[in-house]
Amino acid sequence: MGAGHGSGLPGGTGQGRTLVYRAPAHVKILVLLAFVLTVVATPREWFGAFGGYLVAILGVALLVARIPFGWLAKRMVIEVPFLVFAALMPFVVRGPEIEVLGVGLSEPGLLAAWGLAAKGTIGVLASLTLAATTEPVAVLAGLQRLRMPDLIVQIMGFMVRYLSVVTGDLQRMLTAMRSRGADPRSPRHWPALARTLGALFVRSYERGERVHLAMLSRGYDGRLP
Amino acid sequence: MHVPDGFLDAPTSIATGLVAAAGVGIALRKARAELDDRTAPMAGLVAAFVFAGQMMNFPVGAGTSGHLLGGALAAVLVGPWTGALCLSVVLMVQALFMADGGLTALGTNITLMGLVGVFVGYAAFRLALLVLPRNVSSVPVAGAIGALVSVPAAAAVFTALFAAGGTADVPLGTVLTAMLGWHTVIGAGEAAVTGLVIGAVVASRPDLVYGARGLAAAKAPLVLPDAEPVRGGLA
Repeated sequence: MGAGHGSGLPGGTGQGRTLVYRAPAHVKILVLLAFVLTVVATPREWFGAFGGYLVAILGVALLVARIPFGWLAKRMVIEVPFLVFAALMPFVVRGPEIEVLGVGLSEPGLLAAWGLAAKGTIGVLASLTLAATTEPVAVLAGLQRLRMPDLIVQIMGFMVRYLSVVTGDLQRMLTAMRSRGADPRSPRHWPALARTLGALFVRSYERGERVHLAMLSRGYDGRLP
Repeated sequence: MHVPDGFLDAPTSIATGLVAAAGVGIALRKARAELDDRTAPMAGLVAAFVFAGQMMNFPVGAGTSGHLLGGALAAVLVGPWTGALCLSVVLMVQALFMADGGLTALGTNITLMGLVGVFVGYAAFRLALLVLPRNVSSVPVAGAIGALVSVPAAAAVFTALFAAGGTADVPLGTVLTAMLGWHTVIGAGEAAVTGLVIGAVVASRPDLVYGARGLAAAKAPLVLPDAEPVRGGLA
């Protein structure tokens, strides 16, 4: 795969000297899966267990893998919409209510909100630890070792490889739009944005055709070496 | 808007995981039947396009933003099987590399957005084409209708899953109404962008649009004077 193209994915934070970073990717994927399954299956009343999970995952992420805290914090925002959803629970769940600051909150709702927030947060932290300590190429090799169908791994590989190319294309087109006074986010300029996305589709599709032809000319027979 | 870990209980997550695995397996076979050994590069590039399209955030109000889901869009542009495959790969990459959507919820996310979103969108698109005039200019309109239907459909299935394996006892009627109402609004935005994007592709490269195959061109091809056959000579 070509040099000079970042994939645009986390794919390692450059703290590449730690044990977690060097562990084989397929082991990390299996450990991650087992860990999040355990977290999800834990009854949310076991408050102590979640404290233990949080200490464990933060210990692995910050102390063993030495992922910078800021790196994690910046990417935790991905779960904000679901924290909002969780925060609604005490207002919509049925059950006995308790008074907090003059507002009636349902007790099972509070418990549900706690469960959603705790499990979601630990899951995001665990997934980010994998993303931070594993190069995308290593994740793909790990999936292959775990018997993920070869074609799926290949498609993921092409997606990861060309992600920065395609998003770079889009960014340049958006810059061109903005420099002509259009705001791509405003519904007023949706027609222009849509033509941009349409052009992006045509470019991506044609790029796929060219990549395929280039592969054929190098002896591609449906399998990657 | 991907479902994170712990939203649905473990049995429901595993069940949707099996549904997703079966769906992706069939999509893989059907896509390969159509694309042959072009599958990997083409699906990979289309997946990258879908991902880039999802990066466009639109303010929805109250400080939150929504983005294109792209299920109906992908179904119309590259066909439902390849579309479902591409959406599923996007969700896998997002879960594994960006922590967007829980790993245990990956099956749920693929079922909702990769299967329900794509196939309901495509079915609505096909039904709309039956009543619209049979020419290429109907494709963007039908695509918009597909997008409009696909978003609330995925929301309805999510509500059903939440009823079966949710982790909170919420009044389902209220949740369904709220989810459908809210997602119909989102679906309207999705429909507008989807229709416009399909329109843009149909205008420039109608041959690339899967949903436009077998449809007559909207207008008679423009005949330029110099394209007329040379007359005279033998006549």
